[in-house]
Amino acid sequence: MATETITTQLQNGLSCDLPANSPLAKLLKSQRKWVGPDAKERLRILQNAKSVAIVGMSDKAARSSYFVGTYLLQSSNYRVYFVNPMITEVLGQKVYPDLASLPEVPDIVDVFRKGSDIPSVTEEVLAVGSPCMWVQLGIWNEQAAIDAEAKGLTVVMDRCLKVEHARFNGGLHLLGFDTGVITSRKTVR
Amino acid sequence: MADREYGFKTRSIHAGNIPDGVHGARALPVYQSTSFVFDDTDDAAARFALQKYGNIYSRIGNPTVASFEERVASLEGGIGAVATASGMSAQYITFASILGAGDHIVSAASLYGGTVTQLDVTLRRFGVETTFVNSSDPKDFDAAVTDKTKAIFAETVSNPSGDITDLEGLADVAHSHHIPLIIDSTVATPYLCRPIEWGADVVTHSATKFLGGHGTTLGGVVVESGRFHWHSEKFPLFDEPVPSYGGLTWAGNFGEYAFLTRLRAEQLRDMGPTLAPHSAFLLAQGVETLPYRMQAHVDNARAVAEWLASDKRVTAVNWAGLSSHPHFERAQKYMPLGPGSVFSFEVAGGREVAQRMIESVNLASHVVNIGDAKTLIVHPASTTHAQLTSEQLIAAGVLPGVIRLSVGIEDADDIIYDLDQALTLALKG
Repeated sequence: MATETITTQLQNGLSCDLPANSPLAKLLKSQRKWVGPDAKERLRILQNAKSVAIVGMSDKAARSSYFVGTYLLQSSNYRVYFVNPMITEVLGQKVYPDLASLPEVPDIVDVFRKGSDIPSVTEEVLAVGSPCMWVQLGIWNEQAAIDAEAKGLTVVMDRCLKVEHARFNGGLHLLGFDTGVITSRKTVR
Repeated sequence: MADREYGFKTRSIHAGNIPDGVHGARALPVYQSTSFVFDDTDDAAARFALQKYGNIYSRIGNPTVASFEERVASLEGGIGAVATASGMSAQYITFASILGAGDHIVSAASLYGGTVTQLDVTLRRFGVETTFVNSSDPKDFDAAVTDKTKAIFAETVSNPSGDITDLEGLADVAHSHHIPLIIDSTVATPYLCRPIEWGADVVTHSATKFLGGHGTTLGGVVVESGRFHWHSEKFPLFDEPVPSYGGLTWAGNFGEYAFLTRLRAEQLRDMGPTLAPHSAFLLAQGVETLPYRMQAHVDNARAVAEWLASDKRVTAVNWAGLSSHPHFERAQKYMPLGPGSVFSFEVAGGREVAQRMIESVNLASHVVNIGDAKTLIVHPASTTHAQLTSEQLIAAGVLPGVIRLSVGIEDADDIIYDLDQALTLALKG
């Protein structure tokens, strides 16, 4: 009898098939039903994008959104926009009150808002016509993700845009993390 | 990039080793530099605040060392790794990062002697208590856990008693108390056993041994699973603002990357047991051949252990690959390819015969190291474990007539020939 296998997401972001009864599969088994794009698809999202809008940007240096904003401005080629109706300037950049006020439609909307706010953010993303809603690490609203996908959005959830960008561009590697990237080609890292 | 989980042998060579974008060096370059230039002051500020990735100073991180770290993390199935100057410092920064005065560790009693003194002398002097459990039954570990306990620690294969740790059982005990299981897997290497797959949360190595494999270079490494929930009341440091990094919180800003980011940014910064770039290069060269060497090590270990077990001059062979060993079945479960090549045996005639045998070998080398390509032999009671009391010696399985072998990858027949002639000479007296 063939061993039953299940597709499991590894810590390095890759997915692989493991025997369903293996201890690793049990450990990695998620209560979550919604999975989201795998490593290859996330790389494609990041490679195809030219602009990113951070919704829920903070002007406090210790906040994750400030980390991601700093990283994207300095370590990526994206046009980066910040959105927060409560502040007007951060990191030397204008902060926009909402997505509709941006000078262009962003390719990725990176969301730092609590899980229960995701449905209203989805409506805003759909209204401006951005194709991808990226919900940050630590934020989870499964039904909102399923609904947003049904409305045609590409959704990434509970993942950090900075970490995922750094995974493929060498930053994560410099800190000794497993990027899952293996290639014999010259790569700027 | 293919969404493919490459095989162990491929990753032993390629993980973390991507040709650099400027020169295209195919071998791993040695970045023999203490410091790295910043692009501008904004860049410097962002790197210092951990807001972006980048090299600053080789005590904290170095590109050659990073390649070795990613390679080991990939092979162990961890989220990442932090390399250190030695295996002892890998354990030390792990303990120092999660324990403070008043905290408690539950540890297996059967451990490498230096680890015993690190816990029982140095950390105890700092106010960290360790309870050593002289049993391999997870229930006995569970009974030793108190509300101060912050970790359970054991070695995959204990050295030199040859006992196999019940990784799954200890992981269940640790997780039922919301504390991590820390495993030193130096003797197994990820080729023979990957403790994270059995529930361990942190894995440490002396890379000096089998990972490097050549006996030339000291080094250590800490690998973490990325699964343990450090943001709990047991580990408040992960949720408290960190003034030296602009008030960030490790768990809040780094999520599953928090433990290793903190280990690097605090422990390497404050204590400085960093792996040197040239050492990382040498160890990474060794890791390329790890699967082939480890297979040869366990094949030779089997041949030597079976020969010793069949010889009347030998009273005991503590290798769990033999069906006579009490942990044979456990070894089959956790290390089906073989429980490593470091084991001990006991000669009839006690301390005197053991010492004479060690003085009579011609091929095996009398050194305290393990995990060299060469066969190594030592008398633990008078060397590696000499700092232990007689009770600690017995708990560690070190009796006066016990000899420890680290079986190398020479011809098995030659290793057996050498041990045979040495035993003959030793018994002539």
